[in-house]
Amino acid sequence: MKEFKGRVVTPGRAVAEAVVSHEGFNTLASLQSPLQFGDKTAKCGDQNNPDLYGKPLAGKALCLPQTIGSTTGGLVLYCACAMERQPACMLFANHIDSLAAAGAILADVWLDNVSMPVVDCLGDEFLDYVKDGMKITIKEDGVVVVE
Amino acid sequence: MKLTKEQQAILDGAQGETLAKVMKTLVMFGEAFGAEKMVPVTSEYNHLVTSFGLKLLGPVYELMDKLLEAGAVSKQKFSVDPRPLDPNVPANFLQKLIFNKFMYSKQDFYEGQLNKLGLMEKDAFTCTCYMDEVGNVPKKGEVLSWAESSAVVYANSVLGARCNRNSGIMDIMGSVVGYVPYFGLLTDEGRKATWIIKVETKKKPEAQLLGSAIGMKVMEDVPYIVGLDKWIGTELNDAARTYLKDFGAATASNGAVGLYHVENLTPEAKECGKDLIVPDAKVYIIDDAELERVKNNYPVMWKNKDATPKLCFMGCPHMSLEQLKTWTERVEAGLKEAGNSKVVIPTVFTAAPKVLEEFNKTEYAARLEKTGVITSYICPLMYMNNPLCKSMPVITSSNKLRTYTTARYYTDNEILAQITKGGK
Repeated sequence: MKEFKGRVVTPGRAVAEAVVSHEGFNTLASLQSPLQFGDKTAKCGDQNNPDLYGKPLAGKALCLPQTIGSTTGGLVLYCACAMERQPACMLFANHIDSLAAAGAILADVWLDNVSMPVVDCLGDEFLDYVKDGMKITIKEDGVVVVE
Repeated sequence: MKLTKEQQAILDGAQGETLAKVMKTLVMFGEAFGAEKMVPVTSEYNHLVTSFGLKLLGPVYELMDKLLEAGAVSKQKFSVDPRPLDPNVPANFLQKLIFNKFMYSKQDFYEGQLNKLGLMEKDAFTCTCYMDEVGNVPKKGEVLSWAESSAVVYANSVLGARCNRNSGIMDIMGSVVGYVPYFGLLTDEGRKATWIIKVETKKKPEAQLLGSAIGMKVMEDVPYIVGLDKWIGTELNDAARTYLKDFGAATASNGAVGLYHVENLTPEAKECGKDLIVPDAKVYIIDDAELERVKNNYPVMWKNKDATPKLCFMGCPHMSLEQLKTWTERVEAGLKEAGNSKVVIPTVFTAAPKVLEEFNKTEYAARLEKTGVITSYICPLMYMNNPLCKSMPVITSSNKLRTYTTARYYTDNEILAQITKGGK
């Protein structure tokens, strides 16, 4: 078990199983197909991401360095939240990027009863330590417990 | 964040609950990046990324409706990304059914929303709004609230405008209140390069491949590129701008680049030179072998990897007028050499409606038509955004299209050989 302290971007608590991307998470490439074609588990559709391709993302603790790719990324994430197929939380090793921040903040401000806590600046050590299937607990002060 | 009285009043609800929420969104967005103030949006026009009436984006259209109902509409008119459908582009019965009934069933409804929100003109649908023919060309130093990764990176790098990599919806919100948070690529500090890219190739690097290599390496950082002027010159002429359009789109889609500087070529690099580089910048050397390595690592997503291509897309981002003319000549020459009169793979060249309008006034239009190449204003990415395309072998020289779809990447020369001579 190890604790990491990050910065809260959007608040909330979550307990979920980790899925880990060591590369930039391409939001459009990952979520476009599952959202379009009714996959409630939101299996990652990004063929360029060997860590996540084909793995369910809905309800998981998505651990990543940052998101990359198209500027539709934020609205795709917002739609995933509105359709309740979003990750349980997003945990960034780096500072959050502008697209992921937009998606998380839009969901926080404009959607009722939707929670997707986001913590960033967890550091490279976080991504080195966390593995698929580990249990993640987020506390409201930005502390992330990995076990 | 310190807000002006006017901004604070909007946040406090003086102009209604919806506008207060728009301001709250922008303030939270800025605070996530340590912005200390909001600055006015100064460009004449905005550019939006969301151009498609895609069924899955229902929540976005609901949000747009909320803005419209509250009268939260921008004074800025805008252009928007390309339409997802064009009857000129070959599609079989099943594809047409899926496009019209399941995927883009909201297209007419959404275009109605865009008109109410302030579309520049009825055909202002393109990812290359910055083409002279389209007329959404921001000036150096202007502050934008744009989205569309390829347009943002072009506006920042080639035009010297200032814009963060805004997401869809956020692009509208900045324009509606007329302010964007001041951080990142809006600031002098955020425009400094943290990477030096040394181009040491023995031949002119393929724009889309070089952009891909750099994007994958630097992610969202700002690269300062040395040695590229040797191949594309020191003047921002049509050919250089076209090269940078394709190069930038690849940096932005294969990574998350929002700004690059090319030594002796792009405006800020010409002005400030190496002063743009931070002292501890990392270095990435690119030679021909490195580009080959990057290319060979692209996964091939076709069901049958040895299939004969059924369709070729060129123009993601949309082609320039210069590119359409050059490619007309290249296709003609390729066909002549192969002893063919028409392209042997159905081929679509995509460009902005206004660019196509100008192209159609030139003698090149009839020449291109004679080769069998189809021109269209469609978004190839949106065309391919469906499961049927997995079993459809499509080829392209666009690294953006390769990234988001099952299209297979080939260099420009390889594409030319395939469409004029055939082969796999």
